[in-house]
Amino acid sequence: MDKKLEKIVQALQEQFGSSVEEFRNEAHVFVKAEQIVDALTLLRDKFEFELLSALTASDYYPQETPRFHVIYQLSSLAQNITLQLRVPVNSDQLKVPTATRVYDTANWREREVFDMFGVVFEGHPDARRILNPEGMDGHPLRKDFPLGYEEPQFTFNYDDIDLKKIYAKE
Amino acid sequence: MGIEQKLGDMGIVTTKLEELVNWSRTNAMWPMLFGLACCAIEMMAAQASHYDMSRFGMELMRASPRQSDLMIVAGRVSRKMAPVVRRLYDQMPEPKWAIAMGDCASCGGVFNNYAILQGVDEIIPVDVYVAGCPPRPEALIHGIVTLYEKVKADKFVTPT
Repeated sequence: MDKKLEKIVQALQEQFGSSVEEFRNEAHVFVKAEQIVDALTLLRDKFEFELLSALTASDYYPQETPRFHVIYQLSSLAQNITLQLRVPVNSDQLKVPTATRVYDTANWREREVFDMFGVVFEGHPDARRILNPEGMDGHPLRKDFPLGYEEPQFTFNYDDIDLKKIYAKE
Repeated sequence: MGIEQKLGDMGIVTTKLEELVNWSRTNAMWPMLFGLACCAIEMMAAQASHYDMSRFGMELMRASPRQSDLMIVAGRVSRKMAPVVRRLYDQMPEPKWAIAMGDCASCGGVFNNYAILQGVDEIIPVDVYVAGCPPRPEALIHGIVTLYEKVKADKFVTPT
């Protein structure tokens, strides 16, 4: 791990009691959902992480506790280091406080995570879907979302599927 | 040369009204200027000088649906785009035709998933399907000529 990063990770551990994973010289710091806004504010104001370069999530289905990790990838251009924060989210409590008040970029990114994973960001100023149409059911990047949409037509089942297909009329 | 020879001395041509109308429809069928994906690149190539779609009376791609007769759906239609495509089609004046260009517009192609419409025929009535991924300009022109054959066979009154 980078020398500069070690200090920051230590500060996070002391203040939030968070656990740390290291992977290829990158630090993944685990933070509880209720601490995330404080952690981001601290990193931005004290440790010069001025850029939230990614906000995404990962689905660990069929595992339920935690079902998701919400991932915050932070960059410090001044120090040339990156740091990853992870918030584990259980399937019965899909709520994380919004980071829009710390980083403005979080607005659309949180909408995307909500759209694709169904994690709700509490206090988000504009909590709508961003990529998929409004009336859509389900969240497509979840592991339990069905993969295919329509059964492929072959010669043996062509007519069966053709009967079920919707065709537009004039 | 040309039509003068057929006019004779009187300057009159006898023909059926149906044939005259259908002939005029096919020889100035203006497509709408819009593309959704990579098929649109082939559509542009079909329009450009090497393939020159103008030979068939299609020199004008109209940027407004209100001035166009033909909708070439070039590319995959996402579910979010579907209401927009339908609205454009509704804005076109009658008579109007639609070509589904490429596999994606015809049946979803390789995109068998939640985001892509499984064929544009779910939202608009399609006259001609052009296969290919993407179809070559020749294939698109063949599709258009096929549509012309269809229009030329149109009757004013459909027999019941």
